[in-house]
Amino acid sequence: MTRKGRRLTIIGTAGLVLAGALGLALNALRDTIVFFRSPSEVASKAVPPGTRFRLGGLVDTGSVKRGTDQLVEFKVGDGATSVPVRYKGLLPDLFREGQGVVTEGMMSPAGVFVADTVLARHDETYMPREVADALKAQGVWQGDAQQQSARR
Amino acid sequence: MIVEAGHYALTLALGLSLLQCAIPFWGARSNDPVLMGSAVPAAIGVAALVGFAFVALLIAYVTSDFTVLNVVENSHSAKPMIYKITGVWGNHEGSMLLWVLILALFGAMVAASRHLPVRLKTNALCVQAAITIAFLVFILFSSNPFTRVEPPPAEGQDLNPVLQDIGLAIHPPLLYFGYVGFSMTFALAMAALIDGRVDAVWARAARPWTLLAWSFLTLGISMGSYWAYYELGWGGFWFWDPVENASLMPWLAGTALLHSVVVMEKREALKVWTILLAILTFSLSLLGTFLVRSGVLTSVHAFAVDPARGVFILAILSIFIGGSLAVFAWRAPLLRGGGIFAPISREGALILNNLLLASACATVFLGTLYPLVLEAFTGEKISVGTPYYNLTFLPILLPLMLVLPLGQALAWKRGDLFAVVQRLGALLGVSIALALGLIAFTAGGPVLAPLAIGLGAFLLLSGAGEIWTRSHVRGRPVSVAFRRAVGLPRSAWGSALAHAGLGITVIGIAAQAWSSETITAARPGTQMSVGRHTARLDSVRPRTGPNYTEDVVTLSLWRDGRPMGTLETTKRLYPARNSPTTEAGILTRGFDQIYVSVGEIGTDGSVGLRLYDKPLVLLIWIGSLFMAAGGGLSLTDRRLRVGVPVRARGGVAAQAAPAGGAA
Repeated sequence: MTRKGRRLTIIGTAGLVLAGALGLALNALRDTIVFFRSPSEVASKAVPPGTRFRLGGLVDTGSVKRGTDQLVEFKVGDGATSVPVRYKGLLPDLFREGQGVVTEGMMSPAGVFVADTVLARHDETYMPREVADALKAQGVWQGDAQQQSARR
Repeated sequence: MIVEAGHYALTLALGLSLLQCAIPFWGARSNDPVLMGSAVPAAIGVAALVGFAFVALLIAYVTSDFTVLNVVENSHSAKPMIYKITGVWGNHEGSMLLWVLILALFGAMVAASRHLPVRLKTNALCVQAAITIAFLVFILFSSNPFTRVEPPPAEGQDLNPVLQDIGLAIHPPLLYFGYVGFSMTFALAMAALIDGRVDAVWARAARPWTLLAWSFLTLGISMGSYWAYYELGWGGFWFWDPVENASLMPWLAGTALLHSVVVMEKREALKVWTILLAILTFSLSLLGTFLVRSGVLTSVHAFAVDPARGVFILAILSIFIGGSLAVFAWRAPLLRGGGIFAPISREGALILNNLLLASACATVFLGTLYPLVLEAFTGEKISVGTPYYNLTFLPILLPLMLVLPLGQALAWKRGDLFAVVQRLGALLGVSIALALGLIAFTAGGPVLAPLAIGLGAFLLLSGAGEIWTRSHVRGRPVSVAFRRAVGLPRSAWGSALAHAGLGITVIGIAAQAWSSETITAARPGTQMSVGRHTARLDSVRPRTGPNYTEDVVTLSLWRDGRPMGTLETTKRLYPARNSPTTEAGILTRGFDQIYVSVGEIGTDGSVGLRLYDKPLVLLIWIGSLFMAAGGGLSLTDRRLRVGVPVRARGGVAAQAAPAGGAA
């Protein structure tokens, strides 16, 4: 095979592989990305049931109710409004009332956010950045001193 | 005093690096051997000075010197000694110091190496000094670990409990040796571009550094994965966390580089691409450092959020990536292409390997950075998780692993695909039979997993098969084959081992399709089933450790009525930070593990438990150990140590080429 032919073969293969990879990536991005929503956005935008998203905010004080078989119900709020959340499983070590939390799941038709993931956080003073921003948007953020974190 | 001395040594190292960057470079331009030679003692001096600074910080930690801010923030007098030592790099400032120390050590190793052409070595040390300067400035001006605190507190704030684990002693140093090791291939690539000389000699010089960095990075990623697996308490081994991706991207690019350097060494082809890959690999290492250290990511690795540092690292990133790509664009057209080959050949297969690895790397890049870019431009916050990578990364890597055994068996220049398929037919048959057998045996279970296990088996078998075909001669006794196998080049053994290791990892990952999870609340005496096992909660007892208190939950396990042993999982509370951690309990039998982590212990005595039965899970990390060992074995190959190329065909064992010092 001539040098030119070889180059064409290589470029052709490269084009095919790259186009394939790009196609896969764009397709996957359209279907799999998960948006972050604050409780206020959930209240105002009415996210349809069945759409996965992340809900973040503060765990409302006094809202955590433990059921049988590791079922937990609590409310995630941002000062303006709260969304009820149901989760079955072990909560992360630093899950506490009044602290920041990020959960992932879907809204049920009854308006309860059914979470399958409650994100583990590793510092007692850490505030997830998304939650901090959402709280700032609601005007309940209390300074940046809290945002100092010291994690792995 | 020692703390000031450490600070002073760092400043001195910065000055010496400036000299190491400028004087030899000028020497290389004016062909002055004395000026060029000054790079060697300078590089060794910088390593000694940074080493001294590191030891100074270490002493401050070991003696719990709470006049140093960094020690106050990350240590505690009651902390066990091992964590006082590892705590040195368990924080932003210290980990950057470790980064620079390893960078300087690599510089000293290159300086001490006697097998590099003088001009190449000199220019490479100049480029390497430039990187050292950038990071020393970063440390001295924005992340100084030697800052004093006035008045000193009586007690420190302790290290983050999650980090108080032996994993911190292993994972970061290995990972940094990998990350930073690619700075050497980067420096060599830049040196070659500056001189306009890129040839097989360059490839032979660059290959050991690529192998070394790649092996360390493989170990670093895999140990980090195992650490996350047992420490974070949710039994996963890979989370597609942006920070994990930050280390995976240089690994993918480095793997591609490892293979393209071979083509360049043997056939003088792929020059431009190899140089570009060397630049990109280190750029991705820098990007990883930026992502992890700047606080742009919400992740378990972010030590501190300080925008000034982020901007600083971003500046370093832009200067080095932009500068190196500019030099590349300017000089690359000078490089001439090398040997001609047919598309079906070892070269062709390695090009396909590079294409697929680069594409896989690009999809990870997109998935990691797209959320950041989107948020910067639209303010919309999204996360890209496992489903994305399942739809992009896996479909790209699967064909790669399928063609890998074929490529490995093809001849250079012009291969015979038909003959190769015939040769590998038996192995492929065995693997397919294994997959089909598994599908039949686990009727109704997952279908893709058995196929992936078949693929893993094919990789594993073809690794062994490669050694067999290269040493076995029809009609000769096995002893001859054995002797020939021993005499094969170490790099042949290395690649066979690494490819087999990939197969082992694939089997381990695929087997997780059969893992099962049980989440339950239990009291002492409660029995529960997890996968193939029965577990019983025996007791919950309090216990006191050196700087924590814990509740110890003990479980007994049975399989088919036979006792398998007991395991402990604990919930710890570290009073210094008032933060709880969970220590998972793991029972290992063969390659299988039973993994239990404890959740909340209720006031009524009920214990939340999460139990996993994980078949063959250890294979995931054992495979990576094989890969790293393969890299290490290739590194000892004689060809990489001798300065001049030795023609070695046929009776390799007979040739006793004088081996120089360690490469």
